[in-house]
This record gives sequence, structure tokens and C-alpha cells, in this order.
Amino acid sequence: MFSEMFYKLWENGIIQAGVWETIYMTVLSTLFAYLIGMPLGLILSVTDESGIHPLPWLNRILGTLVNVFRSIPFIILMVAMLPVAKFVVGVSLGNKAMIVTLVIAAAPYVARMVESSIKEVNAGVIEAAQAMGTGSFKLVYKVLIPEAKPSLITNAVISTVTILGYSAMAGIIGGTGLGQIAITYGYQRYNDDIIWVCVILTIIIVQIIQVAGTRIANKTDRRIN
Amino acid sequence: MIEIKDLNKTYQTSAGAIVALDNINLTISDGEIFGIIGLSGAGKSTLVRCINLLERPTKGDVVLDGKSLMQLPQKELLKTRQSIGMIFQNFNLLEQRNVLQNVCYPMEIAGIKKDEARERAMELLQLVGLADRQKSYPSQLSGGQKQRVAIARALATKPKYLLCDEATSALDPNTTQSILELLKEINKTMGVTIVVITHEMRVIDQICDRVAVIDSSQIAEVGYVSDVFTSPQSEIAKELILPKARPIDKITGEHRVRIVFDGEDSYKPIISNLILECQVPVNILYADTEDIDGTAYGHMIIQLPDDEHQANRVLHYLQSSGITYSKEV
Repeated sequence: MFSEMFYKLWENGIIQAGVWETIYMTVLSTLFAYLIGMPLGLILSVTDESGIHPLPWLNRILGTLVNVFRSIPFIILMVAMLPVAKFVVGVSLGNKAMIVTLVIAAAPYVARMVESSIKEVNAGVIEAAQAMGTGSFKLVYKVLIPEAKPSLITNAVISTVTILGYSAMAGIIGGTGLGQIAITYGYQRYNDDIIWVCVILTIIIVQIIQVAGTRIANKTDRRIN
Repeated sequence: MIEIKDLNKTYQTSAGAIVALDNINLTISDGEIFGIIGLSGAGKSTLVRCINLLERPTKGDVVLDGKSLMQLPQKELLKTRQSIGMIFQNFNLLEQRNVLQNVCYPMEIAGIKKDEARERAMELLQLVGLADRQKSYPSQLSGGQKQRVAIARALATKPKYLLCDEATSALDPNTTQSILELLKEINKTMGVTIVVITHEMRVIDQICDRVAVIDSSQIAEVGYVSDVFTSPQSEIAKELILPKARPIDKITGEHRVRIVFDGEDSYKPIISNLILECQVPVNILYADTEDIDGTAYGHMIIQLPDDEHQANRVLHYLQSSGITYSKEV
């Protein structure tokens, strides 16, 4: 049923390793993307015209920057950012370098996700907190983030899945993982079965992330339970 | 004491400047329940937001106990806001916090110790009758219960003032009644000065000492509720008190009397007694009364016979039986 190549890859544990590499790249990239994207998203929502501390000039600069990075197709951004990866981690090949490019591509996306979650927080609740004498900084970590938590988690799941998709593309320029296995052993050597195995494994990973994430979001949302 | 001085608020929009408040002057004394009534869009919500500077006035000042709020630096202003509680039409509870944590919130901001805050929060929940719901989340509460939690939260930092922005507008009549009673109790027992914003005359009538009627961004009338209610001077006050009474102008009759029900026993047949006692036929021209827990609220306009003697008999009866009324012209 399977090609010779598949058995070879399976016996040598290459597919299994690919699964782990994909997960490792995705998780690490998401983490770093949030480290940059979360504060960026908070600043974007807070400094917005209708935000709690409007700063139009800062908002415009950051907003434009985010838009620029988001307009570049990932596959092009990835190649363009390799020098940056070399600067940050010392190499422009392999997973470390891929994580750097993934973070650069994903952080602006994450920032927009965070911004939209924060903007969903009921304006009346913010007003009430202000009426109780809450300053801008406390408003962010005592009201905005806790109130937006379920939406932040839901959007984190979407971001993770998007980053997983990006990570598969990294296989083209020297990353590893399921994407790279599908391209080098499947597509380039005409083994359709390997492509399909990689696709199915990716679907399973996405499903697990999605189901677990949704469950966590629902469990923490006090508006439902 | 809250002094609102020459207050103006103008919004700049793409369609030009919109005047929300036009030269408002009001003084609210300590310990009173002060009502501000107006139709939607009159500017009353903007006015109440100017009192704690949630909205910054374009011109004028708000002076709180002799302290000009417009002059305060941001930090001081935040601190001052802790002495002004506020409740809202939509309750605005923190949805991801439970009841107890909601009441503790303003004390966290004020830097009160956790144990002390919890103790005070439990006392307040006891006061509003929700001590057993401390672990519930806002989504599990009814509208009236949410407003009670909001009241407890607003009182947590022992404020001197409480601003109520349409606090009962989203509630049914019975719940409105119980919330109003709670506010009155708080005013009496804790001495909190309350400012009530509403579009419902009934709310003003039931708990306020004085009222300001606001119309198209200006104060149309200020006075004691009993005075304004029995003899409204401005057009808008008449309209608010007698919302649908306009067509009556066309039904002419020499003697017309408006009877005011403000807390009489619903079961007392006032009109029947009047007719039986005076032996005079009367005609009901307009009536808008409501029964809340056996208490009557609203008013009624009756037409008396053209005969002076008979009409006077009715007036005399009304006076002697202590019913609030006024002659309609």
C-alpha cells in the first residue's frame, strides 16, 4: 500500500521526528510571536482614537509597520528575513533560523489578533473602572486583559494554527518538519503517499490544538459557566 | 457639595460642532437625593459624566467640596473619583470576576488590604441582600441582582457621592421599586448624596428631594420635586409629567383638576369616594396610574361640573382628605 520510501522514512524515525519538529517550531514561534505581538497589540488598542489612552502618532506608526509586514506574502518575507535570522541566531539555515523568520512574520498578525480581542471588551465596563479611579496602566492588566481572556485564548489558537501552516513552508528554505518531508521526499520524488501522510498528520495536530484550545477558552469564560 | 459652574460641553464631529451641554449651573447639597430628568438626547448622561470628569467639559468647572476638579492633576483626579461612586443602566460589572471580586475591585485600586477589602465587601453584600451569591458570576444573576452588586461595588470605597446613570431603566417595575428603596435606604443610613439621572418621572417622584429638568442641553427648571410635580413651569416639565396629556387642551371644560398619586394605597377607591361623598358627577379625562406593590403612582385629570358650587365641593373634599392635586388651566 505504501511506497518503499515511506517504510524507509518510518523505520528511520524521520516522519516521527518531523512531527516533533513541526510541533517544536510552532510552539516556540507562537510563544515568541506573542512576546512581541501581545504588547504591540495592547499598544495598538490602547493608543487608538477610541482607546483608553489615545496617541494618534504612535498608533499610526505602529499600525503602518504592522500593515507593511502583513502585506508581504510569507514565502517572500521568509527569504527576505534570512539575513535578520543570521544576525539574531548566527545561522540562516535550520530550525533556529526558521523560528526567527516565523516570529517576524507572525508577530504583526498576533498584534492584530490581540488588538481585536481587546477592542471587544465592553466599553461600559471600562467606563465603570475609570469611574472607580483606575489609571490607564492598571486598566490594562486588571480589566482589559482579564475581561478579554477568552477571546485572547480563542485567537491564540487561530494564530497557532496559522503559524503551523507557515512552518510547513519553511521546509522550502531549509527548515525541517512535516512540511519539509512532504516536499523533499514526497513532492520532489513523486511519492504521493508521503505527501498524504504528512497532510493527515498535520490535520491531526491542528485538530488537537483546536479542540484543546476551545475547551480551555470555554472553561475560563465566566460568561458561560 | 457639588457645584456645577457654567458648564459647557461641545463635541467636534465631521458634521460640525454639537452642543451637548449649554451653560449648566447646579448646586447639589450634601445628603440630598438630586434628580436630573430629561428626554433621551437632552444631555443628562453627558452631564453626569462631567461630574466625575469621565467627560471633560469644554468650559466651566465642577467644584467638589470646594475643590475644583478641572484643576486637579490626573493622579489626584483618580483619587477623587474613589469618593464618587457610580452605577449604570447596564450595570457594567466585570464579567470575568465573581460577585465578591467585583465588589473588591475598587478597593484593590484604592490600595486597601485584601482581608480588609473582603470583610467590607461581605458587609456590603449583606446590605444589598446578596451575601449568599458571593461566588456567582454576573452572567448567573438577574438584572436587579446585578444592579445590587453594582451598588455594593460603588459603595466599597465609602464614597460621599453616588451617581446613578439611568440605573433602573433596564429593570422591570417591581425591581425598579426595590432598587429605588435600596438607594433611599443608603441615602438615609449612610448619608450618601445621590445624583439620579433618569427619563422616568416616577423615579424622581419616588426618591428625589430636588429635581432639575434638562431640555436641549439646558436646565429648564430646578426645584423641589413636590413643587415641580404639582405645578410644572416649563414646557418640557409639563411634557414629562403629563406625557400623553396634550390632546386634553382641546377638550375644554371650565374646571379641570389633576390628581397626583404619589404613594397612596392602591386599594383606596379615591374617585368613587369623591363622587359618593360630594354627590357630584366627574369625568375622567386622562389617567396614567400604576400599581407597584399596592401603592399607586401617577396622575389623573378629572373634569368637574361647570357649576362653581359643585366644583368647590370637590376641591374642598380633595383638600380635606389630603390628596395632592392641582387645578389645570
